[in-house]
Amino acid sequence: MRSDAHRPSSQRSFTGAPKLEPALFTELATLIAPTAADAPPEFHGPSIEEFFPEVLFELAGVPIHRIHLIQFLATLALVLVFWLGTRRMKVVPGRFQSLVEMGLDFVRVNIGEDLLGKKDAQRFLPILTTIFFMVLFMNITGIIPFLNIAGTSIIAVPLTLAIVSYITFIYAGIKKSPKNFFKNSLFPSGVPWPIYIIVTPIELISTFVIRPVTLTLRLLMNMMVGHLLLVLFFAATQFFIIDMGGWWSALGAGSLAFGFVFTLFEILVAVLQAYVFALLTAVYIQLAVAEEH
Amino acid sequence: MDATTVLAEVNGSIATVGYGLAAIGPAIGVGIVVGKTIEGVARQPELAGRLQVLMWIGIAFTEALAFIGIATGFIFGF
Repeated sequence: MRSDAHRPSSQRSFTGAPKLEPALFTELATLIAPTAADAPPEFHGPSIEEFFPEVLFELAGVPIHRIHLIQFLATLALVLVFWLGTRRMKVVPGRFQSLVEMGLDFVRVNIGEDLLGKKDAQRFLPILTTIFFMVLFMNITGIIPFLNIAGTSIIAVPLTLAIVSYITFIYAGIKKSPKNFFKNSLFPSGVPWPIYIIVTPIELISTFVIRPVTLTLRLLMNMMVGHLLLVLFFAATQFFIIDMGGWWSALGAGSLAFGFVFTLFEILVAVLQAYVFALLTAVYIQLAVAEEH
Repeated sequence: MDATTVLAEVNGSIATVGYGLAAIGPAIGVGIVVGKTIEGVARQPELAGRLQVLMWIGIAFTEALAFIGIATGFIFGF
Protein backbone atom coordinates (compact mmCIF):
# COMPACT_ATOMS: atom_id res chain seq x y z
CA MET A 1 0.00 0.00 0.00
CA ARG A 2 2.46 2.55 1.23
CA SER A 3 4.97 2.00 -1.53
CA ASP A 4 2.16 2.56 -4.00
CA ALA A 5 1.37 5.90 -2.45
CA HIS A 6 4.79 7.23 -3.29
CA ARG A 7 4.64 6.54 -6.98
CA PRO A 8 1.03 6.94 -8.01
CA SER A 9 0.75 9.64 -10.61
CA SER A 10 3.45 8.58 -13.08
CA GLN A 11 2.22 5.00 -13.34
CA ARG A 12 -1.49 5.60 -13.45
CA SER A 13 -1.64 8.60 -15.74
CA PHE A 14 -1.79 6.54 -18.95
CA THR A 15 -5.07 4.85 -18.01
CA GLY A 16 -7.00 8.06 -18.47
CA ALA A 17 -9.20 7.28 -15.48
CA PRO A 18 -10.19 10.08 -13.09
CA LYS A 19 -7.37 10.76 -10.64
CA LEU A 20 -9.44 10.03 -7.59
CA GLU A 21 -7.21 7.47 -5.96
CA PRO A 22 -3.85 9.26 -6.24
CA ALA A 23 -5.48 12.38 -4.84
CA LEU A 24 -6.69 10.35 -1.88
CA PHE A 25 -3.22 8.96 -1.35
CA THR A 26 -1.56 12.36 -1.41
CA GLU A 27 -4.13 13.65 1.03
CA LEU A 28 -3.38 10.73 3.33
CA ALA A 29 0.32 11.36 2.87
CA THR A 30 -0.02 14.98 3.96
CA LEU A 31 -1.98 13.77 6.98
CA ILE A 32 0.88 11.52 7.98
CA ALA A 33 3.46 14.09 6.93
CA PRO A 34 4.03 15.90 10.25
CA THR A 35 5.36 12.75 11.89
CA ALA A 36 6.72 11.10 8.80
CA ALA A 37 8.42 14.01 7.13
CA ASP A 38 12.00 12.80 6.79
CA ALA A 39 11.93 9.04 7.32
CA PRO A 40 8.52 7.38 7.17
CA PRO A 41 8.25 4.84 10.02
CA GLU A 42 8.18 1.32 8.72
CA PHE A 43 5.78 -1.34 9.90
CA HIS A 44 7.37 -4.72 10.47
CA GLY A 45 4.72 -7.40 10.23
CA PRO A 46 5.29 -10.91 11.49
CA SER A 47 6.68 -13.48 9.08
CA ILE A 48 7.48 -17.16 8.89
CA GLU A 49 11.00 -16.27 10.11
CA GLU A 50 9.56 -16.05 13.63
CA PHE A 51 9.65 -19.82 13.81
CA PHE A 52 13.28 -20.12 12.77
CA PRO A 53 15.07 -18.06 15.41
CA GLU A 54 18.85 -17.87 15.56
CA VAL A 55 20.69 -20.84 17.03
CA LEU A 56 21.82 -20.12 20.58
CA PHE A 57 24.20 -23.02 21.14
CA GLU A 58 24.82 -26.60 20.14
CA LEU A 59 24.04 -29.52 22.39
CA ALA A 60 25.96 -32.61 21.30
CA GLY A 61 25.92 -31.39 17.71
CA VAL A 62 22.21 -30.52 17.76
CA PRO A 63 21.55 -26.80 17.27
CA ILE A 64 19.32 -25.41 20.02
CA HIS A 65 17.28 -22.23 19.67
CA ARG A 66 14.82 -20.50 21.95
CA ILE A 67 11.79 -22.57 20.90
CA HIS A 68 13.69 -25.68 21.95
CA LEU A 69 14.47 -24.08 25.29
CA ILE A 70 10.76 -23.31 25.69
CA GLN A 71 9.98 -26.94 24.94
CA PHE A 72 12.46 -28.03 27.61
CA LEU A 73 10.87 -25.60 30.03
CA ALA A 74 7.34 -26.86 29.25
CA THR A 75 8.49 -30.46 29.73
CA LEU A 76 10.12 -29.54 33.02
CA ALA A 77 6.95 -27.76 34.19
CA LEU A 78 4.86 -30.77 33.18
CA VAL A 79 7.05 -33.22 35.09
CA LEU A 80 7.19 -30.91 38.08
CA VAL A 81 3.43 -30.39 38.25
CA PHE A 82 2.69 -34.10 38.14
CA TRP A 83 5.52 -34.99 40.49
CA LEU A 84 4.40 -32.45 43.07
CA GLY A 85 0.73 -33.25 42.51
CA THR A 86 1.06 -36.98 43.00
CA ARG A 87 3.97 -37.13 45.43
CA ARG A 88 1.96 -37.56 48.60
CA MET A 89 -1.42 -38.84 47.54
CA LYS A 90 -4.16 -38.49 50.12
CA VAL A 91 -7.62 -40.00 50.18
CA VAL A 92 -8.99 -36.52 50.81
CA PRO A 93 -7.04 -34.52 48.24
CA GLY A 94 -5.60 -31.09 48.89
CA ARG A 95 -6.19 -28.22 46.53
CA PHE A 96 -3.27 -28.95 44.21
CA GLN A 97 -3.81 -32.70 44.17
CA SER A 98 -7.48 -32.29 43.31
CA LEU A 99 -6.53 -30.00 40.42
CA VAL A 100 -4.20 -32.64 39.01
CA GLU A 101 -6.82 -35.32 39.61
CA MET A 102 -9.39 -33.22 37.79
CA GLY A 103 -7.14 -33.04 34.75
CA LEU A 104 -6.41 -36.75 34.77
CA ASP A 105 -10.07 -37.55 35.32
CA PHE A 106 -11.06 -35.38 32.39
CA VAL A 107 -8.88 -37.40 30.04
CA ARG A 108 -9.98 -40.71 31.55
CA VAL A 109 -13.73 -40.08 31.51
CA ASN A 110 -14.36 -37.53 28.76
CA ILE A 111 -11.88 -38.81 26.21
CA GLY A 112 -11.00 -42.41 27.11
CA GLU A 113 -14.11 -44.02 28.54
CA ASP A 114 -16.54 -42.04 26.41
CA LEU A 115 -15.04 -43.30 23.18
CA LEU A 116 -13.26 -46.54 23.96
CA GLY A 117 -15.27 -48.01 26.80
CA LYS A 118 -13.86 -48.93 30.20
CA LYS A 119 -11.68 -51.87 29.13
CA ASP A 120 -9.92 -50.35 26.13
CA ALA A 121 -9.66 -46.96 27.84
CA GLN A 122 -7.60 -48.61 30.56
CA ARG A 123 -5.16 -49.94 27.96
CA PHE A 124 -4.70 -46.71 26.05
CA LEU A 125 -5.06 -44.24 28.89
CA PRO A 126 -1.30 -43.68 29.37
CA ILE A 127 -0.80 -42.60 25.77
CA LEU A 128 -3.93 -40.43 25.68
CA THR A 129 -2.95 -38.72 28.95
CA THR A 130 0.60 -38.14 27.75
CA ILE A 131 -0.59 -36.67 24.45
CA PHE A 132 -3.17 -34.42 26.13
CA PHE A 133 -0.87 -32.96 28.75
CA MET A 134 2.17 -32.70 26.53
CA VAL A 135 0.23 -30.78 23.90
CA LEU A 136 -1.47 -28.64 26.56
CA PHE A 137 1.75 -27.61 28.29
CA MET A 138 3.57 -26.92 25.05
CA ASN A 139 0.62 -24.93 23.66
CA ILE A 140 0.15 -22.79 26.72
CA THR A 141 3.67 -21.33 26.47
CA GLY A 142 2.32 -19.39 23.49
CA ILE A 143 0.58 -16.90 25.78
CA ILE A 144 2.92 -16.91 28.78
CA PRO A 145 4.71 -13.55 28.90
CA PHE A 146 8.40 -13.63 27.91
CA LEU A 147 8.05 -17.08 26.36
CA ASN A 148 5.42 -15.94 23.85
CA ILE A 149 5.75 -18.79 21.41
CA ALA A 150 4.18 -22.22 21.61
CA GLY A 151 6.51 -25.19 21.87
CA THR A 152 4.28 -26.90 19.31
CA SER A 153 4.75 -24.17 16.71
CA ILE A 154 7.70 -25.90 15.08
CA ILE A 155 6.84 -29.05 13.22
CA ALA A 156 8.93 -31.47 15.30
CA VAL A 157 6.51 -31.81 18.20
CA PRO A 158 3.22 -32.18 16.29
CA LEU A 159 4.88 -34.55 13.84
CA THR A 160 6.32 -36.73 16.60
CA LEU A 161 2.98 -36.87 18.39
CA ALA A 162 1.15 -37.62 15.15
CA ILE A 163 3.55 -40.49 14.40
CA VAL A 164 3.03 -41.85 17.93
CA SER A 165 -0.72 -41.64 17.42
CA TYR A 166 -0.43 -43.28 13.98
CA ILE A 167 1.62 -46.19 15.28
CA THR A 168 -0.74 -46.56 18.24
CA PHE A 169 -3.91 -46.93 16.21
CA ILE A 170 -2.30 -49.28 13.71
CA TYR A 171 -0.91 -51.34 16.59
CA ALA A 172 -4.33 -51.36 18.26
CA GLY A 173 -6.01 -52.57 15.09
CA ILE A 174 -3.44 -55.26 14.27
CA LYS A 175 -3.33 -56.50 17.86
CA LYS A 176 -7.10 -56.90 17.90
CA SER A 177 -7.43 -58.64 14.55
CA PRO A 178 -5.32 -57.81 11.47
CA LYS A 179 -7.99 -59.14 9.11
CA ASN A 180 -10.77 -57.04 10.62
CA PHE A 181 -8.61 -53.94 10.82
CA PHE A 182 -7.63 -53.91 7.17
CA LYS A 183 -11.05 -55.06 6.05
CA ASN A 184 -12.80 -52.31 8.00
CA SER A 185 -10.42 -49.58 6.99
CA LEU A 186 -10.04 -50.56 3.33
CA PHE A 187 -13.27 -52.38 2.43
CA PRO A 188 -16.12 -50.78 4.38
CA SER A 189 -19.10 -53.11 4.57
CA GLY A 190 -22.43 -52.43 2.93
CA VAL A 191 -20.93 -51.32 -0.37
CA PRO A 192 -21.53 -53.20 -3.62
CA TRP A 193 -18.21 -54.66 -4.77
CA PRO A 194 -17.58 -52.62 -7.97
CA ILE A 195 -17.57 -49.47 -5.84
CA TYR A 196 -14.49 -50.80 -4.04
CA ILE A 197 -12.43 -49.80 -7.08
CA ILE A 198 -13.10 -46.18 -6.10
CA VAL A 199 -13.59 -46.51 -2.37
CA THR A 200 -10.52 -48.56 -1.47
CA PRO A 201 -7.89 -46.11 -2.77
CA ILE A 202 -9.74 -43.23 -1.12
CA GLU A 203 -9.93 -45.10 2.17
CA LEU A 204 -6.29 -46.11 1.89
CA ILE A 205 -5.18 -42.51 1.45
CA SER A 206 -7.56 -41.08 4.02
CA THR A 207 -6.67 -43.62 6.71
CA PHE A 208 -2.94 -44.03 6.25
CA VAL A 209 -1.86 -40.70 4.75
CA ILE A 210 -4.37 -37.96 5.51
CA ARG A 211 -4.83 -38.86 9.18
CA PRO A 212 -1.26 -38.27 10.39
CA VAL A 213 -0.82 -35.31 8.04
CA THR A 214 -3.94 -33.53 9.31
CA LEU A 215 -3.08 -34.33 12.94
CA THR A 216 0.28 -32.63 12.42
CA LEU A 217 -1.01 -29.69 10.39
CA ARG A 218 -3.99 -28.96 12.61
CA LEU A 219 -1.88 -28.49 15.72
CA LEU A 220 1.07 -26.84 14.00
CA MET A 221 -0.98 -24.35 12.02
CA ASN A 222 -3.24 -23.48 14.94
CA MET A 223 -0.27 -22.54 17.06
CA MET A 224 1.60 -20.81 14.23
CA VAL A 225 -1.38 -18.73 13.18
CA GLY A 226 -2.19 -17.88 16.79
CA HIS A 227 1.33 -16.62 17.33
CA LEU A 228 1.34 -14.64 14.08
CA LEU A 229 -1.99 -13.00 14.98
CA LEU A 230 -0.75 -11.95 18.40
CA VAL A 231 2.49 -10.60 16.93
CA LEU A 232 0.50 -8.72 14.31
CA PHE A 233 -1.73 -7.04 16.90
CA PHE A 234 1.05 -6.09 19.27
CA ALA A 235 3.40 -4.99 16.49
CA ALA A 236 0.59 -2.79 15.14
CA THR A 237 0.06 -1.34 18.61
CA GLN A 238 3.73 -0.52 18.91
CA PHE A 239 3.76 0.97 15.41
CA PHE A 240 0.70 3.15 15.93
CA ILE A 241 1.45 4.42 19.41
CA ILE A 242 5.24 4.72 19.49
CA ASP A 243 6.25 5.15 15.84
CA MET A 244 3.31 7.20 14.56
CA GLY A 245 1.94 8.84 17.69
CA GLY A 246 -0.71 11.55 17.67
CA TRP A 247 -4.19 10.55 16.54
CA TRP A 248 -2.89 7.21 15.32
CA SER A 249 -2.67 6.15 18.98
CA ALA A 250 -6.45 5.62 18.92
CA LEU A 251 -5.95 2.86 16.36
CA GLY A 252 -3.17 1.53 18.56
CA ALA A 253 -5.56 1.31 21.50
CA GLY A 254 -7.94 -0.65 19.31
CA SER A 255 -5.29 -3.12 18.20
CA LEU A 256 -4.11 -3.49 21.80
CA ALA A 257 -7.65 -4.37 22.90
CA PHE A 258 -7.86 -6.92 20.08
CA GLY A 259 -4.50 -8.29 21.17
CA PHE A 260 -5.87 -8.94 24.65
CA VAL A 261 -9.03 -10.55 23.31
CA PHE A 262 -6.98 -12.83 21.09
CA THR A 263 -4.69 -13.71 24.00
CA LEU A 264 -7.77 -15.02 25.80
CA PHE A 265 -8.82 -16.77 22.61
CA GLU A 266 -5.39 -18.40 22.41
CA ILE A 267 -5.88 -19.92 25.87
CA LEU A 268 -9.08 -21.50 24.58
CA VAL A 269 -7.29 -22.72 21.44
CA ALA A 270 -4.43 -24.18 23.47
CA VAL A 271 -6.79 -26.27 25.62
CA LEU A 272 -9.03 -27.11 22.68
CA GLN A 273 -6.20 -28.36 20.48
CA ALA A 274 -4.88 -30.57 23.29
CA TYR A 275 -8.40 -31.96 23.68
CA VAL A 276 -8.89 -32.44 19.95
CA PHE A 277 -5.51 -34.17 19.50
CA ALA A 278 -6.21 -36.64 22.30
CA LEU A 279 -9.81 -37.05 21.16
CA LEU A 280 -8.85 -37.83 17.57
CA THR A 281 -6.25 -40.34 18.74
CA ALA A 282 -9.00 -42.01 20.76
CA VAL A 283 -11.34 -41.95 17.76
CA TYR A 284 -8.73 -43.54 15.51
CA ILE A 285 -8.08 -46.25 18.09
CA GLN A 286 -11.82 -46.80 18.43
CA LEU A 287 -12.23 -47.17 14.66
CA ALA A 288 -9.28 -49.56 14.56
CA VAL A 289 -10.56 -51.88 17.27
CA ALA A 290 -14.21 -51.77 16.17
CA GLU A 291 -15.67 -55.12 15.18
CA GLU A 292 -17.70 -53.76 12.29
CA HIS A 293 -18.69 -50.30 11.20
CA MET B 1 -9.50 1.33 -15.17
CA ASP B 2 -10.01 -2.06 -16.81
CA ALA B 3 -9.47 -5.40 -15.18
CA THR B 4 -6.00 -6.04 -16.61
CA THR B 5 -4.66 -2.78 -15.24
CA VAL B 6 -6.10 -3.54 -11.81
CA LEU B 7 -4.51 -6.98 -11.87
CA ALA B 8 -1.19 -5.46 -12.90
CA GLU B 9 -1.37 -3.16 -9.88
CA VAL B 10 -1.75 -6.05 -7.43
CA ASN B 11 1.55 -6.92 -5.83
CA GLY B 12 2.73 -8.92 -2.83
CA SER B 13 1.90 -12.51 -2.04
CA ILE B 14 -1.16 -13.76 -3.90
CA ALA B 15 -1.19 -16.65 -1.40
CA THR B 16 -3.11 -14.44 1.02
CA VAL B 17 -5.98 -14.24 -1.44
CA GLY B 18 -5.76 -18.00 -1.90
CA TYR B 19 -6.06 -18.52 1.81
CA GLY B 20 -9.10 -16.27 1.93
CA LEU B 21 -10.74 -18.48 -0.68
CA ALA B 22 -9.64 -21.64 1.11
CA ALA B 23 -11.24 -20.45 4.35
CA ILE B 24 -14.72 -20.10 2.85
CA GLY B 25 -15.49 -23.81 2.72
CA PRO B 26 -14.36 -24.70 6.25
CA ALA B 27 -16.12 -21.60 7.59
CA ILE B 28 -19.42 -22.73 6.15
CA GLY B 29 -18.73 -26.30 7.28
CA VAL B 30 -17.96 -25.37 10.87
CA GLY B 31 -21.04 -23.17 10.91
CA ILE B 32 -23.22 -26.06 9.81
CA VAL B 33 -21.66 -28.46 12.33
CA VAL B 34 -22.14 -26.11 15.27
CA GLY B 35 -25.61 -25.01 14.16
CA LYS B 36 -26.83 -28.56 13.79
CA THR B 37 -25.37 -29.48 17.18
CA ILE B 38 -27.25 -26.62 18.81
CA GLU B 39 -30.38 -27.77 17.03
CA GLY B 40 -29.84 -31.31 18.27
CA VAL B 41 -29.25 -30.20 21.84
CA ALA B 42 -32.36 -28.03 21.73
CA ARG B 43 -34.39 -31.04 20.64
CA GLN B 44 -32.79 -33.47 23.06
CA PRO B 45 -30.94 -31.72 25.90
CA GLU B 46 -30.01 -35.00 27.60
CA LEU B 47 -27.70 -35.87 24.67
CA ALA B 48 -25.72 -32.62 25.03
CA GLY B 49 -22.50 -34.27 26.22
CA ARG B 50 -22.39 -36.89 23.50
CA LEU B 51 -23.28 -34.37 20.80
CA GLN B 52 -20.58 -31.99 21.95
CA VAL B 53 -17.91 -34.68 21.56
CA LEU B 54 -19.17 -35.41 18.06
CA MET B 55 -19.25 -31.69 17.34
CA TRP B 56 -15.58 -31.27 18.25
CA ILE B 57 -14.64 -34.23 16.08
CA GLY B 58 -16.64 -32.75 13.20
CA ILE B 59 -15.06 -29.33 13.65
CA ALA B 60 -11.59 -30.87 13.83
CA PHE B 61 -12.08 -32.66 10.52
CA THR B 62 -13.63 -29.64 8.82
CA GLU B 63 -11.16 -27.02 9.97
CA ALA B 64 -8.26 -29.23 8.89
CA LEU B 65 -9.07 -28.02 5.37
CA ALA B 66 -8.48 -24.42 6.42
CA PHE B 67 -5.14 -25.37 7.91
CA ILE B 68 -4.14 -27.22 4.79
CA GLY B 69 -4.96 -23.93 3.04
CA ILE B 70 -2.58 -22.00 5.31
CA ALA B 71 0.14 -24.61 4.92
CA THR B 72 -0.19 -24.51 1.13
CA GLY B 73 0.31 -20.75 1.23
CA PHE B 74 3.50 -21.14 3.22
CA ILE B 75 4.80 -23.95 1.03
CA PHE B 76 4.04 -22.50 -2.41
CA GLY B 77 3.70 -18.79 -1.57
CA PHE B 78 7.43 -18.16 -1.18
